[in-house]
Amino acid sequence: MYVSEGIERAHYHSYKKWLADQPGDRLSQKRAEADALFHRVGITFAVYGQEEGAERLIPFDIVPRVLPHEEWVRLETGLKQRVRALNAFIHDIYHDQQILKAGVIPAEQVLCNSQYRPEMQGVDVPGGIYAHIAGIDIVRDDAGEFRVLEDNLRVPSGVSYMLENRKMMMRLFPELFSEHRVAPVDHYPDVLLDNLRSVAPTGVADPTVVLMTAGAHNSAYFEHAFLAQQMGIELVEGQDLFVRDEAVFMRTTQGPQRVDVIYRRIDDDFLDPLVFRPDSMLGVPGLLTAYRAGRITIANAIGTGVADDKSIYPYVPEMIRFYLGQSPIIGNVHTWMLRKKEDLDYVLANLKDLVVKEVHGAGGYGMLIGPASTTAEIEAFRKQIIATPERYIAQPTLALSTCPTFAGQGLSPRHIDLRPFVLSGRDVTIVPGGLTRVALREGSLVVNSSQGGGTKDTWVLED
Amino acid sequence: MLSRTADHLYWMSRYIERAESLARLVDAHYRMSLLPHDDDTLAESLTSTMTALHMAEAYLEKHDAIEPRAVFEFVSLDREYSGSIFSCLRAARENARAVRGSLTSELWETLNSTWLDARSLAARSSPHADIGQFVEWVKERSHLTRGVTIGTMLRDEAFHFSRIGTFLERADSTARILTAHQTDLKPGADAGSVPDPFQWSVLLRALSAFEVYRRVYRDVITPVKVAQLLILRDDMPRSLIRCCKEVYSNIKSIANEHSAETERRAGEMHAMLHFTRMENILETGLPEFLSQFLSRVNDLGDRIASDFLVPPAEA
Repeated sequence: MYVSEGIERAHYHSYKKWLADQPGDRLSQKRAEADALFHRVGITFAVYGQEEGAERLIPFDIVPRVLPHEEWVRLETGLKQRVRALNAFIHDIYHDQQILKAGVIPAEQVLCNSQYRPEMQGVDVPGGIYAHIAGIDIVRDDAGEFRVLEDNLRVPSGVSYMLENRKMMMRLFPELFSEHRVAPVDHYPDVLLDNLRSVAPTGVADPTVVLMTAGAHNSAYFEHAFLAQQMGIELVEGQDLFVRDEAVFMRTTQGPQRVDVIYRRIDDDFLDPLVFRPDSMLGVPGLLTAYRAGRITIANAIGTGVADDKSIYPYVPEMIRFYLGQSPIIGNVHTWMLRKKEDLDYVLANLKDLVVKEVHGAGGYGMLIGPASTTAEIEAFRKQIIATPERYIAQPTLALSTCPTFAGQGLSPRHIDLRPFVLSGRDVTIVPGGLTRVALREGSLVVNSSQGGGTKDTWVLED
Repeated sequence: MLSRTADHLYWMSRYIERAESLARLVDAHYRMSLLPHDDDTLAESLTSTMTALHMAEAYLEKHDAIEPRAVFEFVSLDREYSGSIFSCLRAARENARAVRGSLTSELWETLNSTWLDARSLAARSSPHADIGQFVEWVKERSHLTRGVTIGTMLRDEAFHFSRIGTFLERADSTARILTAHQTDLKPGADAGSVPDPFQWSVLLRALSAFEVYRRVYRDVITPVKVAQLLILRDDMPRSLIRCCKEVYSNIKSIANEHSAETERRAGEMHAMLHFTRMENILETGLPEFLSQFLSRVNDLGDRIASDFLVPPAEA
């Protein structure tokens, strides 16, 4: 919100004016009202390892994050470009591997990656689309430029909060929406369903799409149920599906019914116990056989993890040049790959200023934030890095841009990021906005909900 | 619709209905406990009710004797006992949560807030918890849930499975309450004799049938008429025949290629009640009649499960 201390960004003017007119305790009241509503509606996430039925709210901040139209247009174009390149990359990796042959990415980086699925080699998927739903995490650097922090191409979550946060804001502060031209987001489920239908196996006229969940105890279960309901499709678990003659069916009260597209919200490892983890109770035996035979579409495709791994991330700008012949519109955050000697030396010498992440880590775990760590913590991490440098990458500590956030009694700045959801099907589309995550602890840079992060409504202003 | 979804909807409704039935029983006994009465009569009524509901054993593991106050709290609020009202509300909500996408948001929110409120009520409850207020609240929430179901849900399979759960549970519950209160009625025993007016009025109140009885019979309470009202009166919403009629008509709406025999048995149950007179039942003996009825309800539940809810593995 602030370009630098004290100078406001222009598109916040009218919001600030509105804010100044609010009586003292109105915001506190509204905030309490929001919490009560979220509880009643059951917009919660399950907390693992706690008493049965333990569900928590993801804290919702009532101050919106505002993006001006022209910034969004640039972001949107850049995101579409990036996701097109990522899909081209995954297709290439599972077919001719031209990018490896051309030496743009070292082959062992891809082929020895645990997320590379040899089972997918030579499998054709409808439209050549692998990452049907991509969540791209965006931050702003010191110069105010957007940069991609991370690509999420497996089972990105959070879109239900984007939709529910908007509903909540309109309920709490309807007057704000008559004063601001905020681009709507609530057609997301329609766009998603349309995309999923468009990637059905060839020859299926009226495809049956289902959403596959790990069940009510999964932390993102609310989102699964919500999206299935909004799209009007069945929410299935592995036990509801079975494979016969290389086709997938669900068990219904009227007998078996054919399924054409599975929007799955469980990881590759659990999809088919015959191929991946044999102890998976969540999957469907034989699913991969049906998939390889082209009788079912799985979204996102199996094996997309090879493109969103942190060790592959540094190459995405190269992918854009290689497949699209364009220069990247949104850059990466500078990344040191510690498997390279010179990068390792630099990082070890500058640990206190850098963020070091595990290549396969997620959820804000297994990372070192240099400036926020004690000397002892840094030294302990240093030992881990030296033992297995290839497991780590490092990035500069970004002065993640901040946005005023309701903290206790008043507003104060907190760090934020943005996850827009990029949908690929017939075309590549993005609902204007995304999920803004906010690090609620003062000074914290970690926005993950498992680590005390919250969310905000994200406004893209129309012209 | 998915078999698993149907299963959750069916059990969601059964648990809400069970919570209501229990609340009614607690309510009726609780009111009686406030009136001047003979302690033994109340304890006796509670004992036979607990036995008919298969609750006595679990209760006696925690308590030495049937004592009204302890029974009320156990049945209402015990968190560990899976048969308590509290646990039923939790189970109803867990089932609803598993299929929240198949419910209208109003119905889901109703069940979810019921559970959230139950949890805070139970947390606040002290040795002097206001049981009367609690069971009254449970009844209201059940009424509300039913109203929201009828008022908002599409009349599709989801609705029919939910209704089957409601009425099968209610048939079971009414039959058990009657079992607990039966005296060995003989044909012709109705000659104005009222062996135990206290017990019979508890029973009528527990089934919202006290005022109905007065209205229908305009007479003193006699056991045979009570039994007739609760078994054979088609217009009495909690009677056995009414429940069977609803179960049958809902099963007809969800028929699939395996379910012909289940449908026939549901129809047969309804027809049996429809063409029976009270004298026939008394000749069989009320206990015998009720026990047969309960096993038929049970059989129907099993058949519904295997035809629709948990179909045998296909391959």
